[in-house]
Amino acid sequence: MTIGDIANKLSLSVQTASDRLQTEVTGGYASDMLSRVMAKAREGNVWVTLQFHMNIVAVAALLQLAAIIVTEGMLPDAATLDKANREGVLILTTPHTTFTIVGQLTELGIQGIE
Amino acid sequence: MLLTDRPEGKAAAGSGQTSEVTKLQELVYELKIEQVMAKKVITVSPDDSMRHLKKVLRLNKVSGAPVLRDDELVGIISIEDLIKALEAGEIDATVGQKMTADVHTVFADETIIQAVNKFARFGFGRLPVVNRQGKLVGMLTQGDVVRGLLRQLQVDYHEEEIHRYRASHIFEDIVSDQTGLILRYKVEPRDFVRCGEAASKLKRALERLGATPASVRRIAVASYEAETNLVIHSLKGGELIAEIHPKRIRITAIDSGPGIPDVEKAMQAGYSTAPDWIRELGFGAGMGLNNIQACTDEMHLYSKVGVGTRLEVIINL
Repeated sequence: MTIGDIANKLSLSVQTASDRLQTEVTGGYASDMLSRVMAKAREGNVWVTLQFHMNIVAVAALLQLAAIIVTEGMLPDAATLDKANREGVLILTTPHTTFTIVGQLTELGIQGIE
Repeated sequence: MLLTDRPEGKAAAGSGQTSEVTKLQELVYELKIEQVMAKKVITVSPDDSMRHLKKVLRLNKVSGAPVLRDDELVGIISIEDLIKALEAGEIDATVGQKMTADVHTVFADETIIQAVNKFARFGFGRLPVVNRQGKLVGMLTQGDVVRGLLRQLQVDYHEEEIHRYRASHIFEDIVSDQTGLILRYKVEPRDFVRCGEAASKLKRALERLGATPASVRRIAVASYEAETNLVIHSLKGGELIAEIHPKRIRITAIDSGPGIPDVEKAMQAGYSTAPDWIRELGFGAGMGLNNIQACTDEMHLYSKVGVGTRLEVIINL
């Protein structure tokens, strides 16, 4: 399933890098601790988090994640969105909580990395 | 559907279905009409006969021509107009009588999206290109646009290939008993905005050098965590140094304090001395050093309170 399909089905708002919507999603990971994400998330994963400061872009770019889903209506600032566009990092936002989004991703068949 | 375009709304694909053409979409906004138009233009005069036009079209293998009077664009005439004239037995009529006088033009310095829109909206086969003074400088057909886009795609692709080729052969091209490449990155303390930049630059360099994706990932994780430690903990910042050799890479992170009081404790998973405000940003999980150890082949941590810390890791490629 592509991240674009997921964005559609979960009504996520595309904030950056809409040219990356065709990326195939390889799995999912949720955490607000960046080091945990660095350790666990794999290339092509979708990362669900409440964090929205600029460093999420570096983490997603380094790991070549399919997208970051920022939850609870948080919106990264303009500088972060700008950096994400430059680095080709897809940021999606939703008013829902991380718990809800992870549940919906699971229903779509997106698996966690163990 | 709640999908929204990028903030600037430029060349953004609205959905997954159209996103394959994104590179082309970008190019139609980047390429100038003057880069793809035909500069050698076959023109006719309004006083020429349609019979003369027939010869001009045939000899030059074109299907239409702009009509110029004293260097000024006054119309456009196509093979279709010629066929109509032939059907009506008006082969000796003048071009001026049969041409379309209301000419749509595009400017040479506009991007080709302007032309694409006009082709699509009016169904034109060709558009005269004028400069800002209104003087004819070229002709543009849909074929020119497609050829221009294909050429540009090839150029972009080729440039990336050349960069990759040049970089990946550095170790073969430069002969010594031991060739190494040293990359140094300065890291500022408490600069969470730029945190990760050194690791990103190092990652890009390694990709250029042709490192395998698996080793690039290990190096990316290790260098990111080492850089983050410098940002979080160092008093005056520090340096991230990567020594790249054909078979291995050594990454060193050095700072001049404060130093780690208990290295053994610092190595324990989940142990962190990061203050609360830094933890709220998602840092300070106490996993940095463990992550580094997990993805490197060798790790050495030297530290002295009041002097500084030196972290050295080796990753075999």
